[in-house]
Amino acid sequence: MSDKVKFKIDGKECEADQGLNLVEAAKQNGIYIPTLCHLEGVKAAGSCRICNVKINGRFMTACTTPVSDGMEVENSTEDIKELRKIIVETLFVSGNHYCPACEKSGSCELQALGYRFTMLVPRFPYAFEPKEVDAKSTKLYIDRNRCVLCKRCVRSIKTKDGKSIFAVKGRGHNAMINIDHELAAQMTDEEATAAMDTCPVGSILKKERGYFTPIGRRKYDKKPIGSDIEESVTI
Amino acid sequence: MSKKITIEPVTRVEGHGKVTIHIDDEGNIQQSRLHIVEFRGFERFVQGRPYWEAPVLVQRLCGICPVSHHLAAAKALDVIVGAGTGDGLTPTGEKMRRLMHYGQMFQSHALHFFHLVSPDLLFGVDGDPAVRNIIGVAKKFPDLAVQGVMMRKFGQEIIKATAGKKIHGTGAIPGGINKHLTQEEKDSFLNGPDPMNIDKMISWSQDALAFLKGYHKENKDFIDGFAAFPSSHLSLVRKDGALDLYHGVLRAIDSEGNKILHDVDYQDYLEYIGEEVRNWSYMKFPYLTEFGKEKGWYRVGPLARLNTCDFIPSPLAQKEFEEFRAYTNGKPNHMSMHYHWARLIEVLHCAEMMKELLNDPDLMEGELVTKGEKRSEGVGLIEAPRGTLFHHYAINEHDQLTMANLIVSTTNNNEPMNVAVNHAAKQFMQGQQKITEGMMNAVEVAIRAYDPCLSCATHAMGRMPLEIVLVDNNNKIIDKKRR
Repeated sequence: MSDKVKFKIDGKECEADQGLNLVEAAKQNGIYIPTLCHLEGVKAAGSCRICNVKINGRFMTACTTPVSDGMEVENSTEDIKELRKIIVETLFVSGNHYCPACEKSGSCELQALGYRFTMLVPRFPYAFEPKEVDAKSTKLYIDRNRCVLCKRCVRSIKTKDGKSIFAVKGRGHNAMINIDHELAAQMTDEEATAAMDTCPVGSILKKERGYFTPIGRRKYDKKPIGSDIEESVTI
Repeated sequence: MSKKITIEPVTRVEGHGKVTIHIDDEGNIQQSRLHIVEFRGFERFVQGRPYWEAPVLVQRLCGICPVSHHLAAAKALDVIVGAGTGDGLTPTGEKMRRLMHYGQMFQSHALHFFHLVSPDLLFGVDGDPAVRNIIGVAKKFPDLAVQGVMMRKFGQEIIKATAGKKIHGTGAIPGGINKHLTQEEKDSFLNGPDPMNIDKMISWSQDALAFLKGYHKENKDFIDGFAAFPSSHLSLVRKDGALDLYHGVLRAIDSEGNKILHDVDYQDYLEYIGEEVRNWSYMKFPYLTEFGKEKGWYRVGPLARLNTCDFIPSPLAQKEFEEFRAYTNGKPNHMSMHYHWARLIEVLHCAEMMKELLNDPDLMEGELVTKGEKRSEGVGLIEAPRGTLFHHYAINEHDQLTMANLIVSTTNNNEPMNVAVNHAAKQFMQGQQKITEGMMNAVEVAIRAYDPCLSCATHAMGRMPLEIVLVDNNNKIIDKKRR
C-alpha cells in the first residue's frame, strides 16, 4: 500500500504523505492555506480558524485535519476568502494593533494577512478592552493588547526539562497569556529571540531588540505572506 | 466701535491655529494672540510603553519633520542605554543619523520656502489669494516650483536611505542606527541623473539664496522692517561655537549679543528652561528661568541659530553667513523676515554636509550600535528645522517609560510669534476702518516666517473655515467674512 494519498484542492490534483495535516499537505503542492496559530512541528490547536476550508462541502480547519485519499478541498473560493478576511478583521478590532509604531511591523503575520486579504479598515467596531502589559520579565515584554490567543507560545516554548514558560489564564472572554517570570529569567537571549519570533504578532517582544531589522529587510517587506509556498512547488 | 478679528485657521503653516485681534474704539490694536487649538497628548500615552518604542512612536507627532522627533528621542535613549550624551556613538551610528538629519532639514526648509513662503514673495502679501499659493507658483514660475519639489524629493530620498522610509522610518535605535548606506544609494545621491544629485542640490540652494537676496534688495523696507523686534536667541552650538544642527551645547544670547546661557550641557536643561501655561492656548510658553516669565522668552530656529553660532563649518554656507552677519554689523539680527534668509543659508549648509558625508566610508561599514551602563533618565536635544527640540524620558526597572517631556521647537517660538503677530497687526491694521484679506495675510506672513509646526505641539481634526468676525462692544456680530 502506498503511503501517499491523492486529493484535490480547488480542482487541482494533489499528492502528499498520508497522515499529514492539510496545511502541510497543501504546502507540498505549492498551495498556501493561510494560518495564524499553526506552527510546523507543533501539535495543531485549530484556534484561530483562519485555515478554514471546505472539505467535501463542510467547513473544517485545515491545520487539524489529516489529508486523506479522495478529499475534495475548497481553499480559494470567494466566500472562504471573505470568511478569512472577517476573521482577520475581528482579530484587529478585539485588540489594539497599532502597526505604525509596532516593532513587529513588517514581520507580523496578522498584518501580513491583513495585506493579503486587502483589509483597508475593519468593518466591526473596536472593542478597546483594557488589557495589561507585563514588562516584569528581564528578557521579555508581553503586550496583551496585541495578543490573538493563538497559543503558539504555550504549545511550543518550553524549558529544557519540558516546563511551559507560557500558560493561558482565565477562560473565554477573560482568557489571557501569562508568563512564568522565574522560568523566563532563565531563558538565554537566543531563546528569548526565538520566543519573539514564534509569536505571530507583536505581543511577545524580546526586550531591547527594538527595530533592529531595517525597513526593507523585514520578513514581508519584499514578498507577501504565502508567496514562498506558492512559488515553490515540491511535487 | 471696538472689534475682534479672528483669523482661523492660519494658512500655509503646519498644523492648526487661529489669531484673534482686538481693536478698540479708536482703531488701536489692544491685544493680538496666536492660539494653538490642537491637543495631542503624546507625553501621557507613551507612558508604560517599552522605551525603545519612543523614537518610532513619538515621531508620529508630525508628518513634516518626524526625523527630528525620531532623532531627539533616540538621542535621549542613547543616554539611557549608556551610549553617551550624543557624541558617544560609533562613527557609523552618528554619521548615518547626521545624514538623515541633514536630509530632513533640507527637505523641510525647501518645502517651507518654495511651497509655503514663495507665493507671498512672488505675488505679494496682498496678492490675489486665488493665485497666491503653490498652484499659482507652479503655473507662473514652473521652473521654481519644480526646483522646490525636486529639492524636497532629494531630502526625502536621503531620509529613506537612512531611516528606511521617507516618513516615519525606524533607522535610529537606542545606541545607534540599524543600517549602513549601500553603494547603490551612495552612487545615486552623488552621481544621480540630473537633477537628482548632490551637486545640483548645492547649486539650486545657491540659486534660491540668490533669488531671496535679490528680492530683499528690491523690498528692503518690508523684509527689514516687517515684524522686527529685539529678543534673546537660543540654540545648540558645537563646543567650538560652530553651527551644529545635530548635537552640541546649549547657548543663548540677549538682544545685544551677550551670552546669557553659556554653552551648557543640555542634560541639565530643567535648570535653565521653565514653561508657563496660559489659559487661551494649548501651547506652553518656555522661558529662561534666570530672567523670569516676562523677560526670559527667546527665539529659536534658523535666525536664532545664525545669531548664536560663531561660524558655519562648510565653506559656501560660511561665506553666506559672513554676509548675513555683516548686514547687522555682527550684532544679532532681529528681523522676522530674515528667518527666510537664515533658513536658505542652512539649506546650503545641509547640502554641503550631505556631500561630505556621502563621501565618508564610515557610512558603508563599521559598528552600528554601542551600549554601556544603563541609566533611568535621558535628555535628547536636536536642532529641528523650526528650532531647538527637547525630548526627555525616564524609565522604570522594567524598561517602561514612566515620564516624557517634550519642548517642541514651535513651542519655544510661542512668545516670539505672538509678538510678531502683534507687530504685524499694528503695522497693517492700526487705525484702519476696513479689514482686507491682504491685511489678514500680513498677519499670517509674520507667523509663517517662523515656519511653525503647530501640530507638533498638539492636535485638531477636520478643516476649519477661515473666517473674520467683527463684533461690537456687546459682542453683537456686525460683519462676517468667510473665505
